[in-house]
Amino acid sequence: MAVDTTNIGKTYPPFEYEVGREKIREYASAVGEGSPVHQDREAARAAGFRDVVAPPMFAVVYSAGAMAPAILDPELGINLMMMLHGSQEFVWAEPVCAGDTVVTTATVKDVYEKDGKAFYVFESNSRNQDATDVVRGTWTNIVRGG
Amino acid sequence: MTPDKYVPHRYAGASGDFNPIHIDPEFAKAVGLPGNILHGLYAMAQVARANVAAADGDPRALRRLSVQFRGMGFPEQEITVSGEVKEMRDGRAFVDTVAEQSGNQIIRNAEAELELG
Repeated sequence: MAVDTTNIGKTYPPFEYEVGREKIREYASAVGEGSPVHQDREAARAAGFRDVVAPPMFAVVYSAGAMAPAILDPELGINLMMMLHGSQEFVWAEPVCAGDTVVTTATVKDVYEKDGKAFYVFESNSRNQDATDVVRGTWTNIVRGG
Repeated sequence: MTPDKYVPHRYAGASGDFNPIHIDPEFAKAVGLPGNILHGLYAMAQVARANVAAADGDPRALRRLSVQFRGMGFPEQEITVSGEVKEMRDGRAFVDTVAEQSGNQIIRNAEAELELG
């Protein structure tokens, strides 16, 4: 099995996400985050945040719109029926709060073959409205049988 | 903690991931799964939450989290997240974490970096 490595380095259009207070509350409730800093503006401000703060893993919410065109890119030709999300890393910087606008850019970081499986590694870089880094994600998808 | 029967539906709405293997038991069985399975990123969120809780609940403390998704997770089964501090360096704790369900690891080789204030 040979994998096509010609798309390594390919970058996709930036995706802009406006962070809503109710969306943070909805996400925090869905994952069981009980801290008031994810629900209540005054509690968040008292803890030093600009507004209700997103739990760290809310990164998947504002990144998703940047990742989908990469994973679905016909030039990569990932067989979605055979794809597994193998591993995930986030490195966080500035916290994301309600009212922020986060722009995420996805890149094909690596494509390789190992043990008869194809590995597609994407990197996402997210910045807020002040051009401050908020998170860097590394998304590894594994395709069985290539 | 134990995700109830409808957690995958609420997580789908919150995250935007409506893959039917997570929310439709009949679809999941038709593609060979025992039933609808938890979102991997929901399980990762539980690992993140446990690490933040270990850092006095400050979400800013979690600087990095890296996980591998392995066995499938299911609703209505208790998830246990456990961690061990492997190293303390430069004000950071490096924590090895796993998430298990009924003795089955659903998140393994998780590494968290916590900045301790």
